[in-house]
Amino acid sequence: MSSAARYSIEAADLRRVYVRGAERIAAVDGVSLTVESGEFISVVGPSGSGKTTLINVLGCLDNPTSGRLALDGREVFGGGRALSEAKLTCLRREIFGYIFQKFYLVSTLTVLENVILPFTFYRKPGATADVTGVLKLLGIDRRAGHLPGQLSGGEMQRVAIARALVNKPRILLADEPTGNLDTKRSEEIGGILKDLNERTGLTVILVTHNPSLARAGRRTIELRDGRIVSP
Amino acid sequence: MADTKISLFEVAAKNLLRKKTRSVLTILGIALAAWVLVSLFGFNRGYERSLNRDIDNLGFQMLVVAKGCPYEAATLMLKGGTGLKYMSDSIVRDVTKEPEVEGVTPMLMQVVFDPNKGESGGLVAFLGVDPATYPKLKSALPFKAGGWFKDTNADEAVIGYEAAELEQREVGDKYLIPEKNVEVKVAGVLARTGTQDDGTIFLPLGTVQRVFGVKGELTSIGIKVRKDADMAKFEDKMFKLPDVQVVSLTQVKTTIMTLVSTARVMVLSIAIIAILIAMMGVVNTILMSVMERRQEIGILKSMGAQAGDIFRLVWYETIVLCVSGGLIGTLLALGTARLSDLLVRRILPYAPSGGLVSIDLRLVLSTLAIVTAVGLVSGLYPSWKAGRMRPLEAIRSEEES
Repeated sequence: MSSAARYSIEAADLRRVYVRGAERIAAVDGVSLTVESGEFISVVGPSGSGKTTLINVLGCLDNPTSGRLALDGREVFGGGRALSEAKLTCLRREIFGYIFQKFYLVSTLTVLENVILPFTFYRKPGATADVTGVLKLLGIDRRAGHLPGQLSGGEMQRVAIARALVNKPRILLADEPTGNLDTKRSEEIGGILKDLNERTGLTVILVTHNPSLARAGRRTIELRDGRIVSP
Repeated sequence: MADTKISLFEVAAKNLLRKKTRSVLTILGIALAAWVLVSLFGFNRGYERSLNRDIDNLGFQMLVVAKGCPYEAATLMLKGGTGLKYMSDSIVRDVTKEPEVEGVTPMLMQVVFDPNKGESGGLVAFLGVDPATYPKLKSALPFKAGGWFKDTNADEAVIGYEAAELEQREVGDKYLIPEKNVEVKVAGVLARTGTQDDGTIFLPLGTVQRVFGVKGELTSIGIKVRKDADMAKFEDKMFKLPDVQVVSLTQVKTTIMTLVSTARVMVLSIAIIAILIAMMGVVNTILMSVMERRQEIGILKSMGAQAGDIFRLVWYETIVLCVSGGLIGTLLALGTARLSDLLVRRILPYAPSGGLVSIDLRLVLSTLAIVTAVGLVSGLYPSWKAGRMRPLEAIRSEEES
């Protein structure tokens, strides 16, 4: 099996340093990590440990300051050189689906319109043809014509997950997806992510500070001060 | 549902519903500017067209009157009168001899007080015209009934449409000239022309000279010049005639249009200011909308939107605002054209008969094009600003890890 097929993400000595005045803050400090295709990894750690920064760097939403990053065997950052914003956009829409703590649904579009919104900009070959099927899978098919304001928090996050899935991403990045939800809804979302990973082989990286949600992952990485402390 | 897709334009249009009041106010600002523009250009065209028609309907391009204020004479004539100073009818022969002249018609205006007119009486004007020459020069004048008198000394009259309505006279009725106790028979009633002819009572020239005791006198002479004649040269010749002055209606038209142009420049300046204010309103609205949606724009970029997609999305919003405003403003201008006409007529010292505000499809389309172009320019900066946002910076504009 080639490296490109086996590993979704290969990161070596990644650093992300923010400069605030005279102060230099290393939010991610020498992280090396490989994520195999089809893995479900939970990233945990206290607030300010660099979880979100790490997932943003891995998801090409942010450029590292140094280190090396390869996606599906293709180097996207190395030797201090990053890809252009346009190339990164192409990469993002080919590889990733993103879920955030805030759902970021467009309030003037219906559930269905929000879910199919990625197609407005790009439709990946092999993208989901059966959008209703995705809505059914996430239990929101009856809400297809509703506006986000008419949904509960859990339903809104399901819509955000459906939106992240329609272009059939290879890696799903979820940053505190249950941060705005109660325990019951959090468990539901955790179950959905686990089910997606097991049934479709989708690579999932979940950032959470919720220990019970973190257990949905098959591997857990703990971050502290920008470094991996466990395992 | 395989082909399900929402267009960028649809997303843009729906975005504007987010802050309805703000969008509506911006559209109203643009509508106001478009309204002013259409009305102004419509007035410009309508006024010139009506003035030209008034002058064409006169049947002659030059007027010879006794010495006095030429503009007063011209205005009186355009409004239905002539300068009430007299000149000898021998001038007609001098003018007719000129090779540039195609036709000449002598006229004599007289005014009397009619105690039965209105509640406390009023002035009635009679225009004495030569039956041999006047109908030829005014061949376009339509009749509702009857026709011109044939004899220059006949006790007959031709009454304009409104004068006939006011006096309640029809062809064959008698009409008593106030103060003079002379009765004339109505030979013809003119159809409505929308000009000063509607309110005029025409009598044969000889009859007016006899009844009013001004034999051999005229108040004005209308001259129709040949199409191929050198107008400037002919005007020079006419200016040399003794005791009379010549008013060229081409000059009058130019003078009136110059005066109107001055007013137009002022109104145009106001229109430009209105457009600039509307433009600032558009920039402000779209920029605010972009800043409020930074996180959403970040998410759109994370799901695959390129800078160009975001630019177009925001630009479409501007276009929707501007085209809507332009359409509303244009419809408003069409709906209030009559009102604008009445207002302008009250303000202007002289306004020709007929519609003063002329709005056609070309004007409507031109205005829409201008408003849309202004909108496109206004949308450039907010669209560019939105397009160049980096996804993470946009998403993290409110939240920090």
